[in-house]
Amino acid sequence: MNSFPPQLLLIFGAFLIPLFKGSLRKAYLLLVPVLTLLIFFTLPKGIYHSYTFLDYNFIFGRLDYLSLPFVYIFCLFTMFATIFGLHVRDSYLLMTAWIYSGSALGVVLAGDLITLFLFWEIKAIAGAFLVWLGRTRKSLYAGMRYLMVHLFGGLLLLGGIILLYKKTGTFHFGHVGLDGVSGLLILLGFGLNAAFPLLHAWVPDAYPESTETGIVFLSGFTTKAAIYALARSFAGEEVLILIGVTMTVFPIFYAVIENNLVRVLCYSLINQVGFMVTGIGLGTPQSINGAVAHAFCNILFEGLLLMTMCAVMYRTGKINATDLGGLYKTMPWTTLFCLIGAASISGVPLTNGFVSKPMIVASSAEAGHLFVWIGLLFASAGVFHHAGIKIPYFAFFSHDSGLRPKEAPPHMLVAMGGMAGLCLLIGVYPPLLYNILPYKVDFNPFTGALIMEQVQLLAFGALAFTLLMLSGLYPAEMRCTNLDADWFYRKGTKVFLRFAEKVLAKIDYDYVGEAYQKVFVRMILAISSKLKVFDQAGVDGVYHGLSKGSFSLSEGLKLMQSGKTSDYAMLMLIGLIILFFFAIFLILW
Amino acid sequence: MERERERPEKTYFFDKRENVKKFLYGFYSFLVLLVIVDLFIEKHPHFGFDGYPSFFGAYGFVGCVLLVLAAKYLLRPLVMRREDYYDE
Repeated sequence: MNSFPPQLLLIFGAFLIPLFKGSLRKAYLLLVPVLTLLIFFTLPKGIYHSYTFLDYNFIFGRLDYLSLPFVYIFCLFTMFATIFGLHVRDSYLLMTAWIYSGSALGVVLAGDLITLFLFWEIKAIAGAFLVWLGRTRKSLYAGMRYLMVHLFGGLLLLGGIILLYKKTGTFHFGHVGLDGVSGLLILLGFGLNAAFPLLHAWVPDAYPESTETGIVFLSGFTTKAAIYALARSFAGEEVLILIGVTMTVFPIFYAVIENNLVRVLCYSLINQVGFMVTGIGLGTPQSINGAVAHAFCNILFEGLLLMTMCAVMYRTGKINATDLGGLYKTMPWTTLFCLIGAASISGVPLTNGFVSKPMIVASSAEAGHLFVWIGLLFASAGVFHHAGIKIPYFAFFSHDSGLRPKEAPPHMLVAMGGMAGLCLLIGVYPPLLYNILPYKVDFNPFTGALIMEQVQLLAFGALAFTLLMLSGLYPAEMRCTNLDADWFYRKGTKVFLRFAEKVLAKIDYDYVGEAYQKVFVRMILAISSKLKVFDQAGVDGVYHGLSKGSFSLSEGLKLMQSGKTSDYAMLMLIGLIILFFFAIFLILW
Repeated sequence: MERERERPEKTYFFDKRENVKKFLYGFYSFLVLLVIVDLFIEKHPHFGFDGYPSFFGAYGFVGCVLLVLAAKYLLRPLVMRREDYYDE
């Protein structure tokens, strides 16, 4: 197997999915991700699968200190997400999902920038297809916007890669840094996928429009592959601290007023990625460890939370907070898993969020960044508020919606249970995670002070929620659309079109058209009137002459065409006699 | 299916008001306990003020209240549109 890049197992294996039916299909769907996971578990660190093509060395397998944790979690999550999607009949969806996760693995394993770019683009296109496979009008448009945004990001990345090659003469995928245009372009290309502020709107725009299984897959890979790329190329760039803190803070305001619970989790996803970006920007071994650990844990709990919401969506067909509530009565297991996910994302002690996020927050304090620390702390309280309380509260408790859906199907419960189990396992026994982090871990989350800090922050945040709810100050859930940065390319383009229609078209019609009328049309009319004379006298004359000639000829011929067979036979005979005499004449002459 | 609908519906845990009350009282006593235990915990403040008793509790409470009020009174008027805003 060492001669074949295991990520291609998923990508090529995807094309065989439609060939299987029934339980064989389920077995196949389980086999491939498990096999991929096992191959990587047994593979020691090193460089694998480098191919030379046209004098260029493509590296498809670089398994080192940084890529290893990402590879493990991508494989694990592919497995759980596939189990979650076992009910899916639409083979295209699962095929796309595997191509998508396989190419995300390809990004993480790429040892050179060209291979990286190759998988980067496959991932973008597969992601767009995952949105499209929602097969609604909305998902069609959202997928198109997703594709456009990502192709734009891909172009920035490609431009940066080419400029970098001109500068350094190598396509090596390593530290890039921010000096020069090349670094800036690559940062923006990565940053778009990491949902940097203002480049983030594709997350809440596109994800909710996919299907329940599509959403689960989408949540895991794109942003985390970008985090890997940022950690590889831009560790310690201070601008990332500022970007990261902004990312942790602004989405939580949106999450409070958002009605669609999947979209709430999309905002929380941006908030979580913000913690990782901050960790990368701080650039100390502990903060990089924290960023990687948090990416690992985030895939687990964010995926788990989305799975529970998607299970609700699958059973009820609804996802707005205004339509849900009281589901704990008939979906107790889903409720339990959702609460575990909510506790983990909030960083409750003994869950995996508690062993990863405090590494980043503590690093900011140790580096003496007061405002960064205050911002991250605020974001920690905020994430608890919307993902930790709002999600389970409005879906499973709150006012009774009267919905009594069945519990989620067994395979979904298995997937959610597995993810929840991992969240708790890592939370209870962090060395499982700490041992695969890039640097040696010198961090113990289980100190009295740290536990108390976190528990107080969360408990009193919960108190705030309770009191606001009881007093009626909490903003009522409303059916609404909240404007975000995607406004600029959704409505902004319409403004542009209106400008084009009303202003440009008017100028075109009134002035350019007028000028055209005056100058060109008159000139052409003048020329054409000259041409007309020539046309009438010359061309028409010839034409008329010809037609007159052919007319009189046909008049003459008409006489001969009586339609009687005897007449034609007579004509043929005359013709033969003429030919006969003609031949004799020629011979004698 | 029909028969199920006729049957009076089962009451669940939070359907009873006293259960909600019990839950809330449990939660409030947990908060009081936290504030008390906090006094006995050894701290390693980085900035000084983070060593004050129950600083994190106060910060969490104030932060969350400000978050919700800002989202309700500042962000919502700014960005909220009707649900079909983007539809053609």
